[in-house]
Amino acid sequence: MFRFLVRRALGALVILLIISAVTFWLFYAIPRDPATMSCGKNCTPDMLEQIRKNLGIDHPVPVQYWDWLKGVFVGRDYAGFGHCDAPCFGYSFANREPVLGTILDRLPLTLSLAFGSAVVFLIFGIGTGMIAAVKQGKWQDKVASSASLVASSLQIYFVGYVAMYFLVAKLGILDNPSYTPLTENPAEWASGLLLPWLVLALIWTANYTRMTRSQLVETLSEDYVRTARAKGMSSRNVFFRFAWRGAMGPIVTIFGIDLATLIGGAMITEYTFSLQGVGRLAVDSVEKSDLPMLLGVTLLAAGAIVIFNIAVDAVYALIDPRIRLA
Amino acid sequence: MTPPTPSPAAPLEVTDESVEKSITSPDSKGSESRSPGRLAWRRFKRDRTGVISACIVIFFFVIAIAAPLIAKLYGKNPYTTYASARPELLDDFSYPAGANGGMSSEFWFGIEPQLGRDVFTFLLYGIRTSLGIALAATILTCVAGIIIGVTAGYLGGRTDYFVSRIIDIVLSFPSTLFFIAFMPVVYGLFVAPDDNVPTWLIAVSLIVVLSAFGWASIARLLRGQVLGLREREFVEAAKVTGASPMRIVFKELLPNLWTPIIIQATLMLPAYVTAEAGLAFLGVGITDPTPDWGVMIGRGAQFYSQDFTFMLFPGLSMVIFVLAFNLLGDSVRDALDPKSKR
Repeated sequence: MFRFLVRRALGALVILLIISAVTFWLFYAIPRDPATMSCGKNCTPDMLEQIRKNLGIDHPVPVQYWDWLKGVFVGRDYAGFGHCDAPCFGYSFANREPVLGTILDRLPLTLSLAFGSAVVFLIFGIGTGMIAAVKQGKWQDKVASSASLVASSLQIYFVGYVAMYFLVAKLGILDNPSYTPLTENPAEWASGLLLPWLVLALIWTANYTRMTRSQLVETLSEDYVRTARAKGMSSRNVFFRFAWRGAMGPIVTIFGIDLATLIGGAMITEYTFSLQGVGRLAVDSVEKSDLPMLLGVTLLAAGAIVIFNIAVDAVYALIDPRIRLA
Repeated sequence: MTPPTPSPAAPLEVTDESVEKSITSPDSKGSESRSPGRLAWRRFKRDRTGVISACIVIFFFVIAIAAPLIAKLYGKNPYTTYASARPELLDDFSYPAGANGGMSSEFWFGIEPQLGRDVFTFLLYGIRTSLGIALAATILTCVAGIIIGVTAGYLGGRTDYFVSRIIDIVLSFPSTLFFIAFMPVVYGLFVAPDDNVPTWLIAVSLIVVLSAFGWASIARLLRGQVLGLREREFVEAAKVTGASPMRIVFKELLPNLWTPIIIQATLMLPAYVTAEAGLAFLGVGITDPTPDWGVMIGRGAQFYSQDFTFMLFPGLSMVIFVLAFNLLGDSVRDALDPKSKR
């Protein structure tokens, strides 16, 4: 297990390095000068010169990348901003704040959104999927299957507004989406994020319902399930001790991918509900051509994908002892 | 004891009960050809959900293609701000004066708040733009994925290794974020920073960026398939008879790959429609004066609490399209590959 983790972590590091290099090159080396881009429409030559100097982009791109990379590991001195401590991802072009600090400021919201909705869609998705599988062919199955089909065709940027219109503006059942830190006021934290959680969960549940159902249907027809039944084990016991464990593998896989996607920034969700998370930060940085910030958010998102891939493989081995981590 | 399972090499017809029945039915002629395509078509025709959703999808494509014609017959266009000539259409707060977003016999789907454009034609042209971009991106993605995947699988060795690593990396890229982040970079290649970006360039950039991050999954799938097919006897036979690699790829391998390709394409198109609309909604794709599904939803979002009707048209039509296409995709999958489980 330990060797597996070390090896995969090294692989992840390599992928992140490549992604950062590719992103860096694409953003900085393409004909449009980042200094001009960050300078905006009413730019003076002085400002341009200052920005160039601050960013160190009078150097060739490989040197710039090397400087940036050094900044990440050992810190870096900027002409315009002064010293920046070890994990230094540079400074925003737009508001001159450190990239890392801004992302860390926004991260709690995104994490709350991701984990909160994940709890809801996991419970509902796996629950409905289990019911559908156990009641295969009966009305419960049909309702669950067709509802999940419809739900998976919905889009957050439509359903989100429909929900806000009916549940908030018309009926006033839920609060307008807002964010209060969990440590400050847990009740407000939950009530402010309840609507986004529910809408996100509505759309993402569908996947889990279908996946759980098809996996369980397959597992329930396996020989080992039949053997357990033949030995006289109650069907409830068989279901909860054997069948569902066998069906969890693929669900863990998509859950890992989904969670990584959500942490990397649920851009459309945050935009729809006017929440200032990492996703919104990314959209805003694009509008402002804020390259260092974009690079930071990209690395966060890619890092989430890579790390959750490793976690999925590790969890897979825990669930299914037949799989050995070599 | 387990019942004898049909070997994978057994011909499709034997395992398919429904076809066996249709052979004995009186209306089928013995001379009728039963190619895999025809068998799939028969299975598809029997699937009522599939046929209905196919009709809906075709309907959307027809109105998208015929949008200029429909708009001409209807007598309006998506660009004219009708309220500026006739201020009585909007009330004092610039919302439609009539009930239900100003729906009337003249403006079928009502008029847009603030600017007072015609919702019906705006939606028609919006569907046209969105479907056009999604379709082009799907085709480009498939072509790129097929070329790269088949090449890697067929050549094997070092090529395969490098292509596979590139696929690994592309799949670790956070794709939605990159769609958003890359659009300005692509514009930067062609347009000076202060100029407006022409619509055709936005459309082309969207297609290229969507495809640039979409090819990897289909390439990986086809690579795996080709790795399996490469060792089969018919490919070996072709090699022995001196067929060129080109011929083997196009005449021997590709015909065996159409099923996964079509299945992937049916998954991809609705995903691209929603991705394209999502980008427009975020303001990084197609922008306002150009009609587009996502632009419309973005417009609707600005005043959803005052005039909810406007939001419903693009939103519901998109849900219907995506749902119909997903159902169609499932049916196509069942028809092409009856043994697969969903």
